[in-house]
Amino acid sequence: MLGYIVKTGFSALSWEFLTTFPKDSMTKGGIFPAIIGTLYLIIGSSIVSIPVGIITAIYLTEYASNEKIVRLIRLGVSNLAGIPSVVFGLFGLSLFVIFLKFGTSILAGSLTLGVLNLPVIIRSTEEALMTVPKTFREASLSLGATRWQTIYRIVLPGALPGILTGVMLSLGRAAGETAPIMFTAAAFFTPDLPTSIFHEVMALPYHIYVMATAGTKILETRPLQYGTAIILITLVLILNMTGLILRYRFRKKLKGI
Amino acid sequence: MKHLNRKIIYDIILSKFFFIVGLSCLIILFIIMLFLFIEGIPVLNHVSLTDFIFGTSWYPTSDHARFGILPLISASAAVTLLASLLAVPFSLAIAIYLSELAGNLIREIIKPVIEIIASIPSVIIGFFGMVVVAPFLQNNFDLDTGLNLFNAALMLAFMAVPTIASICEDAISSVPASLKEASYALGANRWQTIYHITVPAALSGIWTAIILGISRVIGETMVVLMVAGGAAIIPLSIFDPVRPLTSNIAAEMAEAAVGGPHYRALFAIGIILFIITFIFNIIADYLSGKYKFKEG
Repeated sequence: MLGYIVKTGFSALSWEFLTTFPKDSMTKGGIFPAIIGTLYLIIGSSIVSIPVGIITAIYLTEYASNEKIVRLIRLGVSNLAGIPSVVFGLFGLSLFVIFLKFGTSILAGSLTLGVLNLPVIIRSTEEALMTVPKTFREASLSLGATRWQTIYRIVLPGALPGILTGVMLSLGRAAGETAPIMFTAAAFFTPDLPTSIFHEVMALPYHIYVMATAGTKILETRPLQYGTAIILITLVLILNMTGLILRYRFRKKLKGI
Repeated sequence: MKHLNRKIIYDIILSKFFFIVGLSCLIILFIIMLFLFIEGIPVLNHVSLTDFIFGTSWYPTSDHARFGILPLISASAAVTLLASLLAVPFSLAIAIYLSELAGNLIREIIKPVIEIIASIPSVIIGFFGMVVVAPFLQNNFDLDTGLNLFNAALMLAFMAVPTIASICEDAISSVPASLKEASYALGANRWQTIYHITVPAALSGIWTAIILGISRVIGETMVVLMVAGGAAIIPLSIFDPVRPLTSNIAAEMAEAAVGGPHYRALFAIGIILFIITFIFNIIADYLSGKYKFKEG
């Protein structure tokens, strides 16, 4: 399937395609603003999800002593993970766009994607933290280190590759999600690059969706659609592959201990 | 001594801070629920609950707007059912093969490939369904449109297989070797052992996988938005174009006036989706917690 899309769309690719704006009401030209928009959304969402996700995971594995609360939070995390992405879109629309008056903007879209990605980061960070042997912590604590010193100096460095894997996977997801940004961040076309977090942006997945379903020249712009699809797939695959390779090497190292 | 005290206080403050952030998921879940309900519940001022859920006509923009979501619910149900029928046997076969039959090398290759497939953005799968599968169906089955229930179910099944297969594989792999060894010792062959021992022992995990997979299929938006056809009718054939709940929200939100009845109705559909997936997740969580094999 990927092969088919790449084969068909390859001819549309060129340096120009990547670096220019759309022309002639989207029938020609490139996808530069959509690439930039997607990058902004990835960065914005990770500013939200990475700190909160990692701290939640640290709390669950290192601090929490009350079984009931841990179970409740875990249940919350798995339910959050199960909510349909379009419902996240509704939530983002009502809270960020309308209630907090951010408008359709990078800020609203990033926050929505950030919340969507929280469970991914929490779970993978938890997994990574649990692979650090308990004896390491006990040794550190017995040397007089406080709990935070133990976490910061001993546990986190050991779990870092695993945490990075989760971060990469979540970035890949943020790049590809369409439904949550449809009402919160994405615009069909912007004449300029966004200069503030309150501007709306073009984004690759939304660009594919709109070009493939709306408008009068769907068939004429097929090559552009294929080209955009290839760029999105490449971006997502690079992020995911990096994550998987990191994890693979991390596991190998663990076996060596 | 003073220095030590400060460190301990610092540690206590940090642990409180971690606790508060740790609660953020629950708070977010609550806020999502709150906003869905605030925005969605007022739809009941325009239509009664029974007319909303069992009404058969969805004409949100006409002068006499009708908000009956039965066609949307039945579309979601039909797509989900068909996708599950396609995905579950296939996923189960992959899981059994990977955990019981495949060699180490093959497993090391296939598992990342499954994860890569799981990571393909849904809009790409929807695009593929539109430009490749739809024309194929249209030409080979002599249909008016290739964008229909069957196409959507096929694409959703493709998306669900990685989820279901990888959780099933975990469940089957966690069946203790001693059970299988006992079965072999009694003279059972490999297939008998898989069929009578391993799979039944992993059944709760397999159910968890199926339920999570189904829950994802119900909630998937872009694929059905792009390939299901979009007609708000109760499907009578698997080649009817349909409009499931999720795609309906995505398709109409842009044109619904904020605060109007149409807007409220779309949020109410969001509530229904939220509740459905919530229930599925609770069931999955219950099942996976209940019959886990203890290590050792």
